[in-house]
Amino acid sequence: MNALRRNVLKGAAGAGTVAVAVAAGLLKPTQAMAAWNAAAFDAKNVGDAMKGLGVSGPADSKDIIIKAPDIAENGAVVPVEVTSNIAGTSSIAIIAEKNGTPLVGSFSMSGGTQGFISTRIKMGQTSLVRAVVQAGGKTYTAAKEVKVTIGGCGG
Amino acid sequence: MAEPMRIRATMAGDVADVKVLMNHPMETGQRKDAKTGQLVPAHFIQEVTATINGATVLSANLGSGISKNPYLGFKVKGPKVGDKVVVNWVDSKGDTNTAEAAIS
Repeated sequence: MNALRRNVLKGAAGAGTVAVAVAAGLLKPTQAMAAWNAAAFDAKNVGDAMKGLGVSGPADSKDIIIKAPDIAENGAVVPVEVTSNIAGTSSIAIIAEKNGTPLVGSFSMSGGTQGFISTRIKMGQTSLVRAVVQAGGKTYTAAKEVKVTIGGCGG
Repeated sequence: MAEPMRIRATMAGDVADVKVLMNHPMETGQRKDAKTGQLVPAHFIQEVTATINGATVLSANLGSGISKNPYLGFKVKGPKVGDKVVVNWVDSKGDTNTAEAAIS
């Protein structure tokens, strides 16, 4: 990770991306509020990533269900599905704890969107995949271990 | 840049199941080019916004840890068949792409 990239990221995440998008008329100003959270995404460990998200001491919850393979043969594409059965779920963040930059994505629900997100993530090594759910001003979390077989032949 | 993005939205009861497949290399900035040995610069989708009939239903921030050609699935309660889903993304170079589909 070099200094140039960090600058580029900071610049892009601050004013750049959003300003360009607004200027192009592609984003309404209200939508552009979801500006990219550089502090959280550049964080090198889980603690900093959570701090970047504005989260501290989330409570463990059994109402968050993470669906991911027990063993992923290809760390480049690991399907992950997070379902939050917590009422009023407003956002879900997915963290691969041992990735170089652990925060993978954060998703904010509005309108009638349910506490569900399905995506595919990259994983550098065997690690916990953690979901952080915000609902009604509180934060909840759950995690599931995914073993990554590097160079595995799938036998 | 105008590579197609695919959206499929289907109603299951009163919930719309929306699936989006975006075309994007999602470079982390940590991978080396096999030929030159140089690092491939980071280039990944940072923001995704989805609206149904103009109202925002999902706004996502993505990091480079999302797989190449990102897939995103989410569920929205309330829309009707024929409602318009629009998905827009912005990447780390400021490129954008938008696609729309009707819920079936």
